[in-house]
Amino acid sequence: MTLLAIDNLHMAIAGHPVLRGVSLELAAGEVLGVIGESGSGKSMTAFAVMQLLPDAARCSGRITLAGRDMLALDEPALCAMRGRYVGMVFQEPMTALNPLQTIGDQVAETIRIHDDRGQDDALRRAADALTRAELPPERFPMTRYPHELSGGQRQRVVIAMAIALRPRLLIADEPTTALDVTTQAQILSLLARLAREDGMGLMLISHDLAVVAGLADRIAIMQAGQVVEQGPVSLLTRGLTHPYSRALLAASTHQPARDGGDDGDVILRVRDVVRDYPGRRTLRGRAPAFRAVDGVSFDIRRGESLGLVGESGCGKSTLTRAILGLEPVQRGSITFRGQAVHPAMGNDLRAGMQVVFQDPYGSFNPRWRVDRLVAEPFHLAPVAPDVARHRVAEALEAVGLRASDMQKYIHEFSGGQRQRIAIARALVTRPDLILLDEAVSALDVSVRAQVLDLLADLSDRLGLTYLFISHDLTVVRAITDRVMVMQAGRIVETGPTAQVLTAPQHPYTRALIAAAPTLPTGDAA
Amino acid sequence: MIAFRLGLFLVLVVLGAAAVSLVWVPQDVGAMAIANKLKPPTLAHPMGTDHFGRDVLSMIMVGARTSIAVALVAVGIGMGVGVPLGLAAAANRGGWLDEIIMRGNDLVFAFPSLVIAILITATFGPSAVNAILAIGIFNIPVFARVTRGAALSLWTRDWVMAARVAGKGRVRISVEHILPNVANLLIVQGTIQFSLGILAEAGLSYVGLGAQPPTPSWGRMLAESQTMISFAPHLAIFPGLAILFTVLGLNLLGDGLRDALDPRLRRSR
Repeated sequence: MTLLAIDNLHMAIAGHPVLRGVSLELAAGEVLGVIGESGSGKSMTAFAVMQLLPDAARCSGRITLAGRDMLALDEPALCAMRGRYVGMVFQEPMTALNPLQTIGDQVAETIRIHDDRGQDDALRRAADALTRAELPPERFPMTRYPHELSGGQRQRVVIAMAIALRPRLLIADEPTTALDVTTQAQILSLLARLAREDGMGLMLISHDLAVVAGLADRIAIMQAGQVVEQGPVSLLTRGLTHPYSRALLAASTHQPARDGGDDGDVILRVRDVVRDYPGRRTLRGRAPAFRAVDGVSFDIRRGESLGLVGESGCGKSTLTRAILGLEPVQRGSITFRGQAVHPAMGNDLRAGMQVVFQDPYGSFNPRWRVDRLVAEPFHLAPVAPDVARHRVAEALEAVGLRASDMQKYIHEFSGGQRQRIAIARALVTRPDLILLDEAVSALDVSVRAQVLDLLADLSDRLGLTYLFISHDLTVVRAITDRVMVMQAGRIVETGPTAQVLTAPQHPYTRALIAAAPTLPTGDAA
Repeated sequence: MIAFRLGLFLVLVVLGAAAVSLVWVPQDVGAMAIANKLKPPTLAHPMGTDHFGRDVLSMIMVGARTSIAVALVAVGIGMGVGVPLGLAAAANRGGWLDEIIMRGNDLVFAFPSLVIAILITATFGPSAVNAILAIGIFNIPVFARVTRGAALSLWTRDWVMAARVAGKGRVRISVEHILPNVANLLIVQGTIQFSLGILAEAGLSYVGLGAQPPTPSWGRMLAESQTMISFAPHLAIFPGLAILFTVLGLNLLGDGLRDALDPRLRRSR
């Protein structure tokens, strides 16, 4: 039985077309994966179903949910539908919950809005919903506040709110993008189980083909406001036909061509590094210190590409800051090109390493032009203005941009272009070592493939050494020679990438690899 | 947007009046014409004349100069001292310098500003300069707090981290990266402090501690009109309206600038 039918949906926001003739169908008990890159209209389709749209949005077409025409309903009728017939799970569990309300009250509130039989009854049903979301009140009392829970647990609260009234349709918009791999696997299997048990339709929106492939019955691939291809999930293995979806699949598993790392001399030596953060001052004195990095040792050889994998909070970013000489270490030593790294080290040593950050939108001062942004590292190794100009132009061309882009402001560039500019900034002082801190994690898959190609090419041409920090095993597999796995401040496993990823020794590495979603490898793939 | 335009219009009228008064006024404010005293508004004197027969319109135009000069310099003092203090506090967040600056701020904030201004002018003698100093000192913690608050969130950005990786020190990052990004907030706060400065100057002059005669001042015009309010109400009404419209205009302008310069508010519309 068809639960949701979207028929030739067009939508424009303030005159700009966002959706152009989207048609989708979803049956009860079915999981529909909607895949697309940023700006493809996948989230807008979901918001159109709930009619939670900006004021300037205009829709035409038909959206039928459980026999009702959503476009014809007035606001009070829509409010009655939302929550009752449609539940929604958002991407960011940190902001989807009210920090001042206990989790039990938040779930109970959704229930009381639609079916008020008193607070006691609502709390009883909230407990039931939380239990179904695998957050049983016996172990996680409903009097807890969101900040007392981890990211994955918060997402379970959000799911409990969405399913409390047993809606017919659950929309999950990138429900696991903000979560770690192992948590992601748990949340995905929870969603699948709930959809199956309740006979609920699940619309799973994601940019990640692998996430959708493991869960969906049918998939729809969107590009620029249109569904370019849809069908059973076996399309992924038995052959996609539309050129865009084929390109998307290829990009998801892209392996840049690169030479193996040659065995140069050791360029960075990290020995028994310990980094403590002092505990919070409280009325009863100081809380015990938090050890973020705990006895880490490793070497990077010139020309090598070393991966550092771990989940959030494992200490990778702290280690990065210590290697960059931005923060002191409590014990151990870091030597770069034979000289000690510490916060007061000389500029010539600093000029030898640069960093590329994760967020292409947060990495640049919005009030500076590109020429000044890229030239900033020259502060370390001053050169004449015309030389600097020439080198900036050279760096921009090396990353596939034009020298004429120097005069533009950063907001004129897309996310992928910005990440290229970040790489240009890292290249401009001709460093030996570049730290890539989740450098491709925020990019769309097709852009990510291009940036990976660029990084591989630069390393071959310029003999660069990379320390590639990431939570994403697919990316690490594509770009590194050796990989280290970090857990709770310690390196638990090190070895050649292929070996570690195919025959992991440490139980944590095994858990990570088992949890990572993978694309099915069919005959055609 | 309409509020912003109205605010801009009002502020431009006041600035224009002050500027015109530098070269021309309807009647010299130093000249007395007792025969013509306490005339209600006529064509020759659109806002009437005072108890010395001086043209009220001319006095308001010249008085605008005093108000603007006092408020502008006071805002300048507040920004000139407060912004560097706020930047320094944010650059050393959590350190002893931050602590000293912010506790010093709290100390200044703890006193009622107008009472201290009265104390300062009463101690050092009433004059426009002392009024400026007194108002300016109380602008310092306002700007220091606004600057620190905005700068704190900027210090966690990746581009500040990139500047640190490029070996730049705290002072340099504060000046090159942080200051330009808090500037729009400071402009908005500046317009609001400017209007508060005009009010404070009028208040000080009203109690006789601001600009001294014969320099015309809106606050003193109000004070002098008090005894004559029953038979010459225009003497109180026009300086009062001048203060009202200037402060209103500056506040509308400040609000409008805040909306125009804050990308978060812009997007939500």
